Amino acid sequence: MSRPKIARKSTSVDMTAMCDVAFLLLSFFILTTKFKGEEAVKVATPSSVSSKIAPEKDVTLVSVTKDGKVFVSLDNEAVKEELANQLNSTAGAGLSPSDIALFKKASFYGTPISQIKSALQIPSDKLTGASLPGIPVQDTAHNELTTWMNAIVRAHGTSTKMNLIVKGDNVVKYPIFKNVVTAFKKNDQFKFQMITNPESVPNGTDLWRKYMKGEVTTAAE
Amino acid sequence: MAEMDTSGGGGHKKGPGVKKAKKASTRVDLTPMVDLGFLLITFFIFTTTMSQPTAMQLNLPKDTDKPEEQNKLKESGAFTMLLGKNDNVYYYEGQLDPSASNLKSSTMKKIRDEIIRKKRSTPEDDLMVIIKASNESVYKDLVDALDEMKINDIKRYALVDISDVEEQLVGISDNRPQ
Repeated sequence: MSRPKIARKSTSVDMTAMCDVAFLLLSFFILTTKFKGEEAVKVATPSSVSSKIAPEKDVTLVSVTKDGKVFVSLDNEAVKEELANQLNSTAGAGLSPSDIALFKKASFYGTPISQIKSALQIPSDKLTGASLPGIPVQDTAHNELTTWMNAIVRAHGTSTKMNLIVKGDNVVKYPIFKNVVTAFKKNDQFKFQMITNPESVPNGTDLWRKYMKGEVTTAAE
Repeated sequence: MAEMDTSGGGGHKKGPGVKKAKKASTRVDLTPMVDLGFLLITFFIFTTTMSQPTAMQLNLPKDTDKPEEQNKLKESGAFTMLLGKNDNVYYYEGQLDPSASNLKSSTMKKIRDEIIRKKRSTPEDDLMVIIKASNESVYKDLVDALDEMKINDIKRYALVDISDVEEQLVGISDNRPQ
């Protein structure tokens, strides 16, 4: 009586399928990740306990760099085109149709209105915050951001909601920020948001207690 | 199954004594590769969520000259913060004394205790924190001060332009050796 020998099975599993899945997911995540536009304007933002996510659509972003230069960027192409027309008609920017096409492609603007035309000729890969003078705001009497904001508000019209965002650097002096806010106020823009890095709520404070009680879920009201 | 054949050490030379060369398996152990794949996936998932910037909402009041539209506040409930250079914060309660004797000095880190103390000792409807940033202060101080309002759950606060007297006082205090 001889028993048939049971073949001992190997314990190692074929990893090929799992490897396929891993790399499929990997490529999915790499392709869907939206990279931040190569930080042409470098800003180190302060942190706050606010956990509200900044809006991403129809954004008007006013960046203030550490040397006090002010830049404006918009994401909506239709609004950009309208903005170019508004700058032509109200501020005399003198942009030709080909300039307007370039204006639509530009990722940010940071020149006095008189220099927009020449700044548009700079190829976009060479365009950095350091090479542009920024929109002049230092002088309260000739705060050009007011003119920009005026054109931007009109370019948005009544149909598009305007999300006004300020992204300021840690070391920007307060008077510059104040001039930026003055430019908003003059154009009846009283609501805006400030980009910050998230920070945890300190223990034992009133906001922390509110979280614990579950009265609020985010720091934004 | 999926593993490298490592048995082929020596003795692979062809010669009359060797009957048949063992065929080396072409299968490779994919476990480290799977590990690497998932490591990268985790990395990408984390970095995607981290880059979401958060924002702080600020609503400004409309400038008005009409006294009936301006908010009245009780002197006993007023707490004014003056932001100076290098995270210095000066504060006073009620109105500023002509001799500035009630102006006290603090820093951004320590001011929270003062705000909490004021909040506890004042009826909620009376409390009003006024933030005045001097020309020497930086944007970070302002955001920190507004953040402090949120952290301590202050319902009423305002960002007010600094007066010349206060600006001078902050300047003198900032330059005083500690």
